[in-house]
Amino acid sequence: MAELREELKEKLIEQLSLEDVEVSEIGDDDPLFGDGLGLDSIDALELIVLLEKDYGIKLKDPKEGKAIFESIGVMADYISKHRTK
Amino acid sequence: MIKEKYYISDFCSIRDKKIFKNGDQLHIDLESDNLKDFAKGVYKFLELKYPKFHKMDELCKLGFLASEVLLKDREKVDRDTALVLSNRSSSLDTDRKHQISIQDREDFYPSPAVFVYTLPNIIMGEISIKNNLKSENAFFVTENFDTDFMSNYSKILMNTGKASNVICGWVDLDNDKYDVFLAFLSKKGEKELTKEELNNLYNQ
Amino acid sequence: MKKVYLIADNIISPLGFSTEENIENLRLNKTGIKKVDDDDIWSKPFFGAVIDNDKLSVAWNTISNDSVYTKLEKMMLLSVSKLLTENPSLDITKCGVIISTTKGNINSLRGDSDEKAYLASISKTVQRYFKLDHTPVILSNACISGGLALAVGKRMIQSELFEDVVVIGGDLLSEFTLSGFFSFQAVSTAPCKPFCKNRTGISLGEAAASAWLSSNKKNVTEEAISITGDASANDANHISGPSRTGEGLFISITKALKEAGIESNQIDYITAHGTATPYNDEMEAIAFNRAGMKSVPINSLKGYYGHTLGASALIESIIARHCLINNELFASLGFEELGVSEPINVIDKNHKKELKRVLKTASGFGGCNVALIIEKEVS
Repeated sequence: MAELREELKEKLIEQLSLEDVEVSEIGDDDPLFGDGLGLDSIDALELIVLLEKDYGIKLKDPKEGKAIFESIGVMADYISKHRTK
Repeated sequence: MIKEKYYISDFCSIRDKKIFKNGDQLHIDLESDNLKDFAKGVYKFLELKYPKFHKMDELCKLGFLASEVLLKDREKVDRDTALVLSNRSSSLDTDRKHQISIQDREDFYPSPAVFVYTLPNIIMGEISIKNNLKSENAFFVTENFDTDFMSNYSKILMNTGKASNVICGWVDLDNDKYDVFLAFLSKKGEKELTKEELNNLYNQ
Repeated sequence: MKKVYLIADNIISPLGFSTEENIENLRLNKTGIKKVDDDDIWSKPFFGAVIDNDKLSVAWNTISNDSVYTKLEKMMLLSVSKLLTENPSLDITKCGVIISTTKGNINSLRGDSDEKAYLASISKTVQRYFKLDHTPVILSNACISGGLALAVGKRMIQSELFEDVVVIGGDLLSEFTLSGFFSFQAVSTAPCKPFCKNRTGISLGEAAASAWLSSNKKNVTEEAISITGDASANDANHISGPSRTGEGLFISITKALKEAGIESNQIDYITAHGTATPYNDEMEAIAFNRAGMKSVPINSLKGYYGHTLGASALIESIIARHCLINNELFASLGFEELGVSEPINVIDKNHKKELKRVLKTASGFGGCNVALIIEKEVS
């Protein structure tokens, strides 16, 4: 699981162009949206694509994303349970 | 025809890894070997701290950086300062990236962060957000920088009170070739706004 | 300041190839949106408003045997040709010409040569076809392009650059844009339902249209309809998310009303953008309320045409002209129950109403907004 979390942090920085952020700066439980990493609505949509492309998870309702993308920890839990690739 | 006189207060260009403002060379980068690195170098040179910059596509980065150079020494920009930009290649640089992501039905993952930049007017959105400009925007596509039309349209905006000032220019990117020129147009100044003068400054 | 009249128009859409045919279908509350099963656009069936290729070919062959043109070019050239045929006094070679499109011939990116994907190729096509001595200018300003093009045309006339301007608008329903809106989770699984509680997103459409603007009142043959106010403003908030306060739209409306010299209670009808995405429609309701227009009859024509991008605000302005002439309002198709947080007066069935002034608005990616006041001269 720790490995998946690190992998997600790297992907987040790469996919969402978080140039000034280091992997070590993202805590497992830090909120990704709002005051945390400050991601916005386009980032949320990008994460939906990432779930599908890299882990074969297709959300039935994009609104589910809100809970899944709460933090790296929550995301990693969800992915490990539902991944198909 | 509009009789009032308008002026070109400042102008800048980004071309061949060089940045000029009001005719003087401000920055030259001989190290970067791609546009992304060049843009990052300019971002550092201007000492910007604006995380949104890194999310922009290359066309927006160029337009945004030019606007930063153009507005650098101004304390405040009036929120009625209009943006009137033009280019030849629209958003084709990013359109091609989006097209690649959907070219193969078996590997079909369009990216929202790419798609949002498949419109040329997004540059003006980015500049408006940074400078809080709640103003007139128009993006025109022409074969070359049409200084006749662009100066006329800018004059119209100021003459009808639809804008206090105008940032007018050319922001083009196509297959790594870029050409960026912005001018700050206002009601006061020394260089009178004419199509000839705008053309001269663009060709400097 | 010179008055700028909307003299004549044409619409090429799934609802017909003349404005009259379009209006007749609106009267029947007929929609152009249907289930499209076309692998060239999408691997699965989806809801959208497409122009039938065979029907377009038949209409095209009445004006030309040349097949070198793309579908979008044929739609645009057909629209302008019809406008010219119906208005013999219109000499397009003496007019300013503005072309409004967001993506032009974007399908050309799929092939080996992307020459036609450059938007300026459309303006060269139009120039050659109608033998113009100047190249039309292209306006590409996201979803407000069609409305902004009318504003630009009006401004050019009022500044005496031209006495007459022809505005042409068009966009296709392409895999390019559809895939992008799908990635935005913004496409409705049923025909779109603007302002409705059950709305889930947009339906895309394709269309072309053209309109003749003139300062010369002699050209007015039907009732005199003019654009008396126009304004555009950026939200300065987010590049894709509509402003939570409707700021840019509110500023646009306020400025357009001011130019027209009227108050918000003098508007008889609002033809809104109404894309049917949750956030867009909510933003519009907020802006209209801020402008004091909650009780003004309002509709969105997206339920009839889908979102036709660079053509949409032009088509909606043309329909507004005819609503003013005919004193009639069309139901906002797809609407069942109000689904925005601020009250607005959505038109639920067609009816006759004496109309004098219409507000047309549009908003788009990049935070752009436009408002036009379209007015009937009462003699």
